Amino acid sequence: MKKDSLGIVHTQYLTFAEPPDTLQLKSGRSIGPVTLAYETYGKLNANKSNAILVCHALSGDAHAAGISKDDKTPGWWDNMIGPGKALDTDLYFVICSNVIGGCKGSTGPSSINPETQKPYALDFPLITIADMVEAQRHLIDSFGIEKLLCVIGGSMGGMQALQWASVYPERIIAAIPIATALKHSPQQIAFNEVMRQSIMADSVWREGYYYEHGQPENGLAVARMIGHITYMSDLSMEEKFSRKLKNENLSFQFKDDFEVEGYLRYRGYNFVKRFDANSYLYITKAIDYFDLSGEKFMSAVKKTAVRFLVISFKSDWLYPAHQSQDIVRLLKRKHAYTTYFDLISTYGHDAFLIETDDETRLIKNFLANVSPD
Amino acid sequence: MKADHQIISQIISAGAHVLDLGCGSGELLAFLTQEKKALVQGIELDEDQMHQCVERGLTVLQGDIESGLVDYPDKSFDFVILNQIMQEIKKADFVIQESLRVGKRVIVGFPNFAHITARLTLLLAGKTPINEALPHYWFETPNIRFLTINDFIDYCSKKNIIIEQKFFLGKSKLINFLPNLLALNALFVITKK
Repeated sequence: MKKDSLGIVHTQYLTFAEPPDTLQLKSGRSIGPVTLAYETYGKLNANKSNAILVCHALSGDAHAAGISKDDKTPGWWDNMIGPGKALDTDLYFVICSNVIGGCKGSTGPSSINPETQKPYALDFPLITIADMVEAQRHLIDSFGIEKLLCVIGGSMGGMQALQWASVYPERIIAAIPIATALKHSPQQIAFNEVMRQSIMADSVWREGYYYEHGQPENGLAVARMIGHITYMSDLSMEEKFSRKLKNENLSFQFKDDFEVEGYLRYRGYNFVKRFDANSYLYITKAIDYFDLSGEKFMSAVKKTAVRFLVISFKSDWLYPAHQSQDIVRLLKRKHAYTTYFDLISTYGHDAFLIETDDETRLIKNFLANVSPD
Repeated sequence: MKADHQIISQIISAGAHVLDLGCGSGELLAFLTQEKKALVQGIELDEDQMHQCVERGLTVLQGDIESGLVDYPDKSFDFVILNQIMQEIKKADFVIQESLRVGKRVIVGFPNFAHITARLTLLLAGKTPINEALPHYWFETPNIRFLTINDFIDYCSKKNIIIEQKFFLGKSKLINFLPNLLALNALFVITKK
């Protein structure tokens, strides 16, 4: 397998819903103008039939692959997207955009509100997964792409893939929801709520209007630490940290004695440099609101021709396999031809980002048999 | 091409929707896709075999046979295939009934435990039969039940299941004379009114 990189890539921007237009949101409110940050890899063919939309997870962004022109970092799914990789850029035109509500170039709570010339903060309307997909549809339309070959994503990205299939089944040929769910369970909502409470309990948060003062770093860091715990598995933490100490002896103080503590602190406090606390609130809320269970999924169609590849990972306890099996059950009722794998992995929820060998083999072979006709 | 696959391919109409329970590495489904332009869905548990299915371009679900059928609406498929798995599943009756609900027709294939070699091994040597259709020793066989052609015909009449077609396979050709004694394998096409 070739492991070629895409080299230097740069982020582009699309602005739509400019006055007098707005983007109508599920909450009943509307916003405009809306900017989406996006990146593309590979070439769109003449028929515009080789486009794959990649949807990112909670803290992801438009920079999915290649090396960023600005900060020289590799994309969050660089091991999956590129020449010869699972999403082979020699064959496919791959698009990834930052979700609305985000803070990586797309319109979100940290963007400037044109009415006040200040950051929206909590004046930004609550957004849903459906709103994110609606914004992506504008981007896909701007390319003149009528039908996507595939929509793919893990975790919240998988919810977007399901949302696409549910609302625009005629505009996609295949969907690959990975490590995701039709609806957030109480346990999943609870984790998100604790993360939000951590941010909102930080006095620096100032009811969300903190942009002149700097963001609630402690609250956001703790939120991120909680997130990281849920992304790993008991086994992967044992393998990575065990009870290893950072220094030779215990400090007998409240310091980060254990490597796992040091890791969480490092990840938490690094995260605040690149992510907006309010975006964390908005996006986790959007995930909690997501519910395509039962009749809500593909409500307009009895039978679907959309082909599905559903993937879960055995050690993922945040989005356990039974949630993917619920998706499969619903797809059976829609007469959908579905491939489902519960892949072996020890990495927990993070597996979809890290453990990419089986995932690559599967997605590559699946896509090889998805044709535009 | 295996003889039973050849026969199944002849039974299945062109462009049919087919579900294969315990599809293995997808040999039969790939053949049906190619020969009959069938629209196929497989269900399989073994991850390696599933990867082979996907490599062949097949649609395959990871799942066990007993729960795999439950969510499909009535008559979702033209054919449901239960080939060489009946002898390995726990809830055979449930699976057959569910298959008849989900499929317009069900193709059932199984090794005939009443084949003459099996009968003689048991009668004369007093040992568990081993032959072409039952190739495993008792300590390594995946088979948990042993049925005969007559057993299956009795079962169908008891359950008001209509046998539309039947094929009895010997070593190399079809058997028409005393099948319960001479056939190694049987294939039935069944349906329910």
